[in-house]
Amino acid sequence: MPTIKSLDDLKRIREEALEKRKVKTASGQVQVIVGMGTCGIAAGARDAMKAILETIQNENLEGVIVTQTGCIGLCEKEPIVQVVVGDQPKVTYGKVSPEVARQIMQEHVKNGNVVKEYMIQV
Amino acid sequence: MREISLHLLDIAENSIAAGAKNITITIREDTTADRLYLSVQDDGKGMDEEMIKKVTDPFVTTRTTRKVGLGIPLLKAAAEACNGWLKIHSKVGEGTLVEVEFQRSHIDRMPLGDIAGTFLALLVGNPQIHWVFRYSVDQDGFELDDQPIKQELQDIPLSDPLVLSYLREMLENNVRSLQTTSVY
Ligand SMILES: Nc1ncnc2c1ncn2[C@@H]1O[C@H](COP(=O)(O)OP(=O)(O)OP(=O)(O)O)[C@@H](O)[C@H]1O
Ligand code: FES
Ligand SMILES: [Mg+2]
Repeated sequence: MPTIKSLDDLKRIREEALEKRKVKTASGQVQVIVGMGTCGIAAGARDAMKAILETIQNENLEGVIVTQTGCIGLCEKEPIVQVVVGDQPKVTYGKVSPEVARQIMQEHVKNGNVVKEYMIQV
Repeated sequence: MREISLHLLDIAENSIAAGAKNITITIREDTTADRLYLSVQDDGKGMDEEMIKKVTDPFVTTRTTRKVGLGIPLLKAAAEACNGWLKIHSKVGEGTLVEVEFQRSHIDRMPLGDIAGTFLALLVGNPQIHWVFRYSVDQDGFELDDQPIKQELQDIPLSDPLVLSYLREMLENNVRSLQTTSVY
């Protein structure tokens, strides 16, 4: 079994992450939740998730926790992504294509402005 | 669904919903025997005999938000259309093994699709679960057990940008090196 990257790299990554944590401002944590029920997956939830992770990486967004959840019960609105900033109420987005996911990450998660266009009521 | 890896993701979601703590996903391509084997093994709540029989029937689900379950019957139909099969082994309180096989070269066989992206989504999205991913093509392969990684990282989340790039690169490189050495 070959090239799983070495764990030494992780040691360095951990140190770097801890270093950055020290200078981070108290902007609070952001939680991003992706619905991964069968219809969510069929509608493109994995690719929305992928776009979310890519944006975190490319924009170097700290303090974002991405998790997934099962069926939310809104098949026709899938893929569904929910965002919780600090202790603000949860915002739910529907029909989240990778493009929309990037927009949500930029405008809501990074800049703190809800993307009203794709918001849905639950 | 257009990719086998999306089906895998969906089957793994059942394991998560069943309360599994340990999930192992295996993908095995055998170019000589012309078979593509996939399995998802979990230690979730399991199913009894009757449930296993019923579960491949599209009108069975324990979900409450929609009347029919689709995940397993869809995958079973796809495999059977490609000279393959789907089997479920399960024991209440112990766990479940879902196995599926396709004729690899079958004209109707869906592509595997984005395996690295699928593994990454499962890993990062469900940090509470102990994941093992295995992918092999003939004699070459890799195994990713997330436990040493999590031990090393301790309280640094998997969604930290540096960790994400590490994980993505590792998965993509391993998958790519397998798929370029094989006759694709
Ligand atoms: N790994 C598992 N462990 C325990 N029970 C399972 C497992 N996989 C499936 N089941 C049972 O089989 C049922 C049918 O699964 P299936 O994926 O076909 O549909 P579903 O998950 O109910 O709905 P969906 O269409 O959203 O997938 C589930 O509701 C669950 O009760
Ligand atoms: S995945 Fe369809 S309603 Fe939840
Ligand atoms: Mg399911």
